Amino acid sequence: MSHANYLEEGGFWSWFTTRDHKRIGVMYLLTNLIFLAIGGIFAILIRVELFSPGPLFSADVYNKFFTFHGAIMIFMFIIPVIPAALGNFFLPILIGAKDVAFPRLNLASYYIFVGGALLAALALVTGGVDTGWTFYTPYSIRTQTSVILVTLGVFVMGFSSILTGLNFMVTVHKLRAPGMTFHRMPLFVWAIYATAIIQVLATPVIGITTLLLVMERVLGIGFFDPQLGGDPILFQHFFWFYSHPAVYIMILPAMGIISEVITVFSRKHIFGYKAIAYSSLAIAFISFLVWGHHMFVSGESQWANFLFSLLTMLVAIPTAIKIFNWTATMYKGSIHLQTPMLYALSFIFLFTIGGLTGLFLAALSVDVHLHDTYFVVAHFHYVMMGGTVMGFLAGLHYWWPKMFGRMYPEILGKISWFFIFVGFNVTFLPQFYLGKLGMPRRYHEYAQNFTFLNQVSTVGSWLINVGFLLMFAYLIYSLFKGKKAENNPWGAKTLEWQLPSPPTMHNFDETPQVIEGPYQYGVLKS
Amino acid sequence: MTKHTIPSHFDDAKQAYEASKLGVWLFLVTEILLFGGLFVIYIMNRGLYPEMFHEASLHLNKVMGAMNTVVLICSSFTMAMAVSRAKHNDSQRALKLLLITFICGLIFMTIKYMEYSHKIHEGLLPGIHFSFDEISHPKAPLFFSLYFMMTGLHGLHVLVGMGLIFWVMVRTRRGDFDESYHTPVEMTGIYWHLVDLIWIYLFPLLYLIG
Repeated sequence: MSHANYLEEGGFWSWFTTRDHKRIGVMYLLTNLIFLAIGGIFAILIRVELFSPGPLFSADVYNKFFTFHGAIMIFMFIIPVIPAALGNFFLPILIGAKDVAFPRLNLASYYIFVGGALLAALALVTGGVDTGWTFYTPYSIRTQTSVILVTLGVFVMGFSSILTGLNFMVTVHKLRAPGMTFHRMPLFVWAIYATAIIQVLATPVIGITTLLLVMERVLGIGFFDPQLGGDPILFQHFFWFYSHPAVYIMILPAMGIISEVITVFSRKHIFGYKAIAYSSLAIAFISFLVWGHHMFVSGESQWANFLFSLLTMLVAIPTAIKIFNWTATMYKGSIHLQTPMLYALSFIFLFTIGGLTGLFLAALSVDVHLHDTYFVVAHFHYVMMGGTVMGFLAGLHYWWPKMFGRMYPEILGKISWFFIFVGFNVTFLPQFYLGKLGMPRRYHEYAQNFTFLNQVSTVGSWLINVGFLLMFAYLIYSLFKGKKAENNPWGAKTLEWQLPSPPTMHNFDETPQVIEGPYQYGVLKS
Repeated sequence: MTKHTIPSHFDDAKQAYEASKLGVWLFLVTEILLFGGLFVIYIMNRGLYPEMFHEASLHLNKVMGAMNTVVLICSSFTMAMAVSRAKHNDSQRALKLLLITFICGLIFMTIKYMEYSHKIHEGLLPGIHFSFDEISHPKAPLFFSLYFMMTGLHGLHVLVGMGLIFWVMVRTRRGDFDESYHTPVEMTGIYWHLVDLIWIYLFPLLYLIG
């Protein structure tokens, strides 16, 4: 091989001006993992406070903890991590392209993201924010904390998200290799494409919402302030018009990873390729019609409630299509239980629980009882962490050898998975029950009779923490001492595994000619 | 022969051109959604307080608004001509037309500035800063919040558009464009037309409420 691989070409400083999608992906990955660690620290602090019914921190401090935990995890980790880190790295390779359509814009979007994240992080040192990550008015207009910094940060990061989505959409439409028809694209690409549609169409709305919230505070324009004739529910509509589709920005890419991992580790053609591909688009479409289910008890009309309830339940259909097809793919497959597959199976198991409890919440009368309780907290952690984070970890382990040319240690991978999977259930399963008993979310104290389950939950958070610390340790170790990875350690069929590990700067020496679909496992290589 | 080289990740000039064009159109969609939020607030409040909107709009200067509409429509025409000239290798005329477009933007912003200072002088200001006592309706500050947010955001887009036109002028002067490569001129043109189009909606919605 005459070319150096992408990690080694050029000096250290060449990373800062790189336009290479793989390097930008790696920079996103590193940045997002740092924010995962920071958001995780806040999660631990929240659980420490809730270990006993009485206060350990003051209410104000606790409010800031959960605000930072939510805002950091959502805007700086879960939303960008799969599309911007893994998507950037693999989307162009998977469709046989040399780069994304606009490499310079790609780098710009990374720096814009970092800028926005720093703006929001500045609030950490200037007194914090205590509104929760949802910034509901009129409280967010009146509170003395640094709402402006964080909302401007969200605005700027949203801009970065739009540019990434736009870049990916154009890349998928215009840069596919000869023979790479839409129906030969790997399902991860379909998922990233569906995500990009939501990023492009929904994010501008959070842009104008945060901008108007800043203007409320600076100029007192009054759109969302009842004292000035505005409507606080309007803010909730605006906020969720983005933030509900954003939930699918978080989950769709993870579903894409699961589609790849399940088929590779079953060594079998995916079952229902088109059904999985188009269900991604269906989820993206329905995602725009369900935002009102966040306002069932905020005084929406009963007809609106009825419609939003019905539409919300529709999401279950394309989601179930995916779950059934993944399960069917494994049937009579030759299943290899390596770490990525363990995470993929965890995804199916946990996401099913998260999805089904979502249906409970979509039912109007049940929601009145469960609204703003720990049931909701447990539900969205089963979807976001049980779903997206498990999917991300599956993808991270699956593609780690390709990204860095080293294998992670399999045994440690499995041990770490065990801690994370068990710890996750210990943390969040009790919260369903707490919520059902009526424990409200976002309070720093609770009634005595909730103590035991809260302590179980807190111990669970420590188990998760052990798992993640172990994972960070062995991943860093493997970068230097890990076993050298072969080009195709999993026997996968998609294009990235035909390249050297790690790939060269230009991906393909010659543009590949694609003659078949991505999952032709008819002939097994040993 | 053009000085422009196609970025190496594209196969040919056509692919590069089509990618840019799709990218710009998608970007315009995001712009429409950004303004969409403000239009939704407008629709909602106008539905609630139709007589207040009528009363408040009487205090906007229709003549200046109409002048600005004419100026922007003219500028869209000269922009379209500039793109066409650039396509036909006529850089000199393209440059002149771009300059006229730029000046139109400048006129628009000047008139807008005059309107704004007049409003500020009279106390026709958004939200809590409203201090004008000839309108009796208590929700009138909302109308001026909308007026300033919508025209302000639009004005910001005009400024960005002028910046882009200036950049394209510099590159045209340098001789970067010819019939085989003129993507930046065309993309700036598409953007400028959208800025114009948004104003065409803003003008009747704010100034001409019957």
